[in-house]
Amino acid sequence: MTDTLTPVLTANWDQPDSFTRTGYERTGGYKAIHKALALQPDDVIAQVKESVLRGRGGAGFPTGMKWSFIPQNDGKPHYLTVNADESEPGTCKDIPLMMANPHVLIEGIIITCYAIRASHAFIYVRGEVLHVIRRLQLAVAEAYEAGYLGKNILGSGFDLDVVVHAGAGAYICGEETALLTSLEGYRGLPRNRPPFPAVEGLYACPTVINNVESISSVPSIISEGPSWFSGLGTEKSKGYGIFSLSGHVKNPGQYEAPLGITLRELIDLAGGVLRPGHPVKFWTPGGSSTPILTHEHLDVPLDFEGVGAAGSMLGTRALQIFDDTTCVLRAALRWTEFYQHESCGKCTPCREGTYWMTRTIQRLEAGQGTEEDLDKLNDIGNNIVGRSFCALGDAAPAPIMSAIVHFRDEIMAHQKNGGCWFDPKASTAWAGN
Amino acid sequence: MPFSEETLTRLKADAAEITGRYPKARSALLPLLYLVQSEEGYVSPEGIAFCAEVLGITETEVRGVATFYTMYKHEPAAEFQVGVCINTTCAIMGGDQIYEELAEHLGADPGEDHSHHDIKSPDGKVAVERLECNAACDYAPVVMVNWEFFDNQTPDTAKKLVDDLRAGETVTPTRGPARLCTWKQANRILAGFGDGQAADGPSAGPASLVGLKLAKAHGWKAPES
Repeated sequence: MTDTLTPVLTANWDQPDSFTRTGYERTGGYKAIHKALALQPDDVIAQVKESVLRGRGGAGFPTGMKWSFIPQNDGKPHYLTVNADESEPGTCKDIPLMMANPHVLIEGIIITCYAIRASHAFIYVRGEVLHVIRRLQLAVAEAYEAGYLGKNILGSGFDLDVVVHAGAGAYICGEETALLTSLEGYRGLPRNRPPFPAVEGLYACPTVINNVESISSVPSIISEGPSWFSGLGTEKSKGYGIFSLSGHVKNPGQYEAPLGITLRELIDLAGGVLRPGHPVKFWTPGGSSTPILTHEHLDVPLDFEGVGAAGSMLGTRALQIFDDTTCVLRAALRWTEFYQHESCGKCTPCREGTYWMTRTIQRLEAGQGTEEDLDKLNDIGNNIVGRSFCALGDAAPAPIMSAIVHFRDEIMAHQKNGGCWFDPKASTAWAGN
Repeated sequence: MPFSEETLTRLKADAAEITGRYPKARSALLPLLYLVQSEEGYVSPEGIAFCAEVLGITETEVRGVATFYTMYKHEPAAEFQVGVCINTTCAIMGGDQIYEELAEHLGADPGEDHSHHDIKSPDGKVAVERLECNAACDYAPVVMVNWEFFDNQTPDTAKKLVDDLRAGETVTPTRGPARLCTWKQANRILAGFGDGQAADGPSAGPASLVGLKLAKAHGWKAPES
């Protein structure tokens, strides 16, 4: 029986020097690269495939399979780009990971680049986190000094350079093709696929783009073995992951557990809801792009299949929890305003649709909406999903459309009440019971 | 104001180091914009011309990129840029109230819509703006100053923070260096030039450690291989 929590990536975060090379090495760090460099690159890919690691950035695509799409002996440089742009509302796992344990990411980068035969990697980190950027810069410098980066790493003949690249405040750059466009020095607009980045990515060369947590999971797979990793989790969602609790719970924070844990278990671990007598009303399983769920879904296994079957997505395991002091329309409006603000403007459904959804929800919140507005919102939403250029657009209608599914009566009660009756002060961290 | 010869020489040396990091020079544009912003506090017409010259592209191309990203300022920034997260979780946990009280504290008209521009203190030292999610939701409500974390804020702590910044007091981020750097210094780090303060501050804040502490208390571990 596996323990309830299984710290791997978070295991050394309580050490005062966990972010240094020596601190990381003291807790077993940089052992996996010796093992990996002794294998053939294809065998490294095979082990990651065998572990059934699925992308931790939200979409859940099998990581090893992604790597195997990189053409070999094509004469072109290959690149690894780490998506460290963590900007999905509610998501707050990669930032503390890179602040406390940047070397596990560097070690993962070395193994990944060796496997996909890349000699240049970029960490595209969001710019708004200065201290995380300092820690990454220090970790890269220390890795060069120790001979883990640079020429002929550990005598293997393998060369690798890593660049820390700060983004500049654009949610869209978390979308992988927009990230590449941004990294090439342009406005962060998404690209058409195909060609997929594995064939034509950065500088039109084969490129792997992986989330921070995905890459950071690789050293443990190599050192402990693929079957160790796949022995954790559920049937189709293997391994461990960081679950980030925020909002109306007593102890919000990071909980690293096998995939498949439930929110009910996590809330218990977090000391219960923030205010006794104020139960969970709605929550996101994995950030604002994942349709909201309710108290009825507290026992849904938090894995890709379980959350999917409940009508949402596992996403980034960003569990934003709201109790019954919170107006669902206020939450949905704020998220929709976010998507409008962050829409890059390239495609019409997203650019125009987010604008009109925002206006319509504002009217509903003011008590001036009608039942027809709900139909209109669903209509706009269905014209964005599947018709916009990238996943940002596809995600934008999720908050309001899921709010309409679960809270139609509450939304329409705004009309009867002539506006919102919730007191925002009652929802704050400092509000009493 | 055009850069002096001395400044230009210094900036060109930095720019050469930045472009040298990339297989293709154009990739250096974002860090180059941070570099010129670290010099003047914002991306000025001279800064744009400098980037264009370094990369051999037009000023219009540079401006097109600079205006896409919200972290570049197009008018002189304050010494301390205070950002209040108003995305859903922070807003509901009290970020909306913090923003409103800070705006009023700085003498802004609460009836006016400030959502698209900064509210500056009369002395120009501090500017308050609304931020989208800054990936610190477990510390909500969050305030950032020059992109350093000030976790678990209240209206009172946020107002004291702004007062301290205006008075020149030493201000320490919750998870960051012992001493807050200025806006210009922050931009130099974003351009890729460290300030030697990476080892300051905790490895992780309290909320980052709740799961680990619980696991240790119960003796829970990942299984042996």
